[in-house]
Amino acid sequence: MSTVTARPDSAWDRVKDFTPPPRYIPIIATFALFVGLFGVGGMRYDGLTDPQVLISLLIDNAFLIVLGVGMTFVILTGGIDLSVGSVVALSTMIAAKTLQMGWSPYLSIAAVLLTGTVLGLLMGLLIHYFDIQPFIATLAGLFLARGLTYLISVESISINNSTFSELAFGTVYLGDYYIRWTALLALAVVAIAAYVLARTRFGRTVYAIGGSESSAMLMGLRVAFTKVGVYVISGFCAALAGLLFSLYILSGNSLHAIGMELDAIAAVVIGGTLLTGGRGYVVGTLLGVLVLGAIKTLISFDGTLSSYWIRIITGVLLLTFVVVQRFATRRQQ
Amino acid sequence: MTQMTEPDVVTAPGTDPQPVIEMRDISITFGAVRALDEVSLRLFPGEVHALMGENGAGKSTLIKALTGVYTIDEGTVLVEGESHEFHSPAASQAAGISTVYQEVNLVPNLTVAENMLLGREPRRFGAISVREMNRRARRTLLHLGVDIDPRSVLDEHPIAVQQLVAIARAVDVEAKVLILDEPTSSLDADEVEKLFTVMRRLRDEGVAIVFVSHFLDQIYEIADRMTILRNGRLVEERMVAETTQLELVRLMIGRELETLERLDREAPNTEAESGTPVLKAVGLGRKNTLEATDLELFEGEVVGIAGLLGSGRTELARLLFGADHADTGELTVRSEKRRLRSPRHAIDRRIAFSSEDRKAEGVVQDLTVADNMLLALQASRGWLRPIPQATRTKLVTEYIKALDIRPADPTALMRNLSGGNQQKVLLARWLITQPDILILDEPTRGIDIGAKAQIQAKVAELAAQGMSVVFISAELEEVLRLSDRLVVMRDRRKIDERRNDDVSVRDVLEIIAGEAHPEGDPHA
Ligand SMILES: Nc1ncnc2c1ncn2[C@@H]1O[C@H](COP(=O)(O)OP(=O)(O)OP(=O)(O)O)[C@@H](O)[C@H]1O
Ligand SMILES: [Mg+2]
Repeated sequence: MSTVTARPDSAWDRVKDFTPPPRYIPIIATFALFVGLFGVGGMRYDGLTDPQVLISLLIDNAFLIVLGVGMTFVILTGGIDLSVGSVVALSTMIAAKTLQMGWSPYLSIAAVLLTGTVLGLLMGLLIHYFDIQPFIATLAGLFLARGLTYLISVESISINNSTFSELAFGTVYLGDYYIRWTALLALAVVAIAAYVLARTRFGRTVYAIGGSESSAMLMGLRVAFTKVGVYVISGFCAALAGLLFSLYILSGNSLHAIGMELDAIAAVVIGGTLLTGGRGYVVGTLLGVLVLGAIKTLISFDGTLSSYWIRIITGVLLLTFVVVQRFATRRQQ
Repeated sequence: MTQMTEPDVVTAPGTDPQPVIEMRDISITFGAVRALDEVSLRLFPGEVHALMGENGAGKSTLIKALTGVYTIDEGTVLVEGESHEFHSPAASQAAGISTVYQEVNLVPNLTVAENMLLGREPRRFGAISVREMNRRARRTLLHLGVDIDPRSVLDEHPIAVQQLVAIARAVDVEAKVLILDEPTSSLDADEVEKLFTVMRRLRDEGVAIVFVSHFLDQIYEIADRMTILRNGRLVEERMVAETTQLELVRLMIGRELETLERLDREAPNTEAESGTPVLKAVGLGRKNTLEATDLELFEGEVVGIAGLLGSGRTELARLLFGADHADTGELTVRSEKRRLRSPRHAIDRRIAFSSEDRKAEGVVQDLTVADNMLLALQASRGWLRPIPQATRTKLVTEYIKALDIRPADPTALMRNLSGGNQQKVLLARWLITQPDILILDEPTRGIDIGAKAQIQAKVAELAAQGMSVVFISAELEEVLRLSDRLVVMRDRRKIDERRNDDVSVRDVLEIIAGEAHPEGDPHA
């Protein structure tokens, strides 16, 4: 029998055998999907290839991007935050009500951000120190925040504070195109989050907890601080998203953002973050939001499809991604 | 080899310098179990202190009591003479106690470098410097003789490498006390030697090292002093050089170990090698994992696979079982040519596989001992046909006794068992299914010598009844003691196969070393 010797690989073999590190595959898939959506759409509908359409995607989904960023932190630790949709509604309501009562807009913004952060802190403490399932604790948070919204007002309150409107329509021009500063803020949040997750001890501890909480504890990492911290971040992001949403919609309403937490979770999952924790990137979440937004845009460009197709396609996509992830993680083992 | 040239590194009791750590009369109770009962331990700077005892004696519990994982019920801890109790692993770490716990406690999803440096990553301008981190990790790993890419993700590596990474994490810090709870349980002689070199260096620098191992030879090679525990109680503190092995065993188990000399099997079962093999692999291989390998396994035969870490021994086992896909070759199970596409397939064909990685693939921490034991049997019957209660009780009691599982309580939760006892339960799980073919990868990892003898006897007994066994272990003595036939692996391929009549460890090492130029002598 002859021994098998390794032949030098031809260039083609190397191309054929090239695989990106497995941890980037989900993100690459999401990116390809996004490009594909626009590619196919661009061939069918004129005007879709206009860069302004792309920028509008960012503008229209700024609040969802911020929400998704907070959710990514939580999911990376292996948790979940169901309260964020209600916190968005509560935030619009607090903003509208306080402005109506004549508060300074800055005070009002501070009140909103503080409320969201404190709610996040409470849920984080419950989850870590009382060992309550994140699903349950944040479900309670969901009801609580929604209830508080009704408590403030059952009626919708419109926002017509001038500072707020200025903020809402603040625009930056880039040559022929324009972008709202709310979108820039959302991108800044993504950048900060990406930095924190990749380059700070807090961020790496988030991943470590998602990998194995007991190991993280035995390694002497700051598990309690980090675990509570991610819910605080998520609460803060939800409040910020709520502000962006109220700028977008200029009213406070207890019926706002019903089920928005599910959009955020969908964006995170489509962006390639594992629901079991430990693997994923905020950039993926940004792409996830854009994919969801692109579906909406495509359907509205088409004009003949009803809007419920958005939900159906989102559902199908979500399923596909979860299945792909399953295979991706199984292959690694 | 026993080192007796420098017995006075540590001064005799009475004239002792101040211990860095002194634990006095420590007691810990879990529910009804008194895991530690007034145990004391003294650690001096510049000594290697062995913590000895059977599985379940309380070694890991004592360590966790010191490092703040468990709360101490009674007793005091003195750090450099001052009373000081740690309330979290982070606190003990900050105080200069660096620990490798028994189970590899790293995070699988991050890179090797991160696992080594998490919590103390090098930073530049506040941001973690990934490059510097990888550089530092690589350097520390090379000291331990581990040549892997620090940027690779941890769970791509076999358990032994993960264990080395955990050790690297612990020795990388400037510590006063280094605690190693069974760091060598899946290491080969080579890696152990490198670890010992590092340990000696640290000891000479004045670090107090706690070392736990069930390999007595290792204790005699590296340790200066030891503390012996039995059933959660302190037996004695001793100088290693003043204690014979036999004495030590007696102190640990409380009686003479009559089985120790009885371990050697009678003549190898040679008549087995006839008829049709129950399992036959022809050219079985997988890219980057294992070169095409032939293997035959006959009824009632124990085939031992010897080879160093990375030789492909675990990979071969996984291919035989279908846990990984083979790219080439074919596998015949009882003259039925079939590709084993999944473990499920293998189990249906009465093949069982006990994996080396008990934490990830084996034990279910939140189930009871009985449930864990019956898991595989239940799965092979299908979930709709529950095992009758009487059978359950009979099987479970039988195996708890046969493998000496402690506590001998079928309703105990798996997470509350000591490491060695969890391993026994895992082994029982596969033995219970009474497979025709049993593949054991490091089945006695972390198991004490007494129980090891019992397990080997049990495997031999089952083989005598017709079960065929593939036996893999980093401990060559054990492989030689059990097997009828020996397969030697190196560099991801089979380099030798021979009947095991009086093959010695030395012979095996020579076979492995002799194959330095594989192209030079192609084998038949
Ligand atoms: N959390 C717990 N709850 C109940 N019992 C426990 C718990 N932790 C340990 N025990 C019991 O305490 C005893 C000592 O266990 P320990 O893990 O310290 O043993 P060990 O000496 O390290 O053994 P091994 O050599 O097998 O690792 C065992 O009987 C174990 O079942
Ligand atoms: Mg132990």
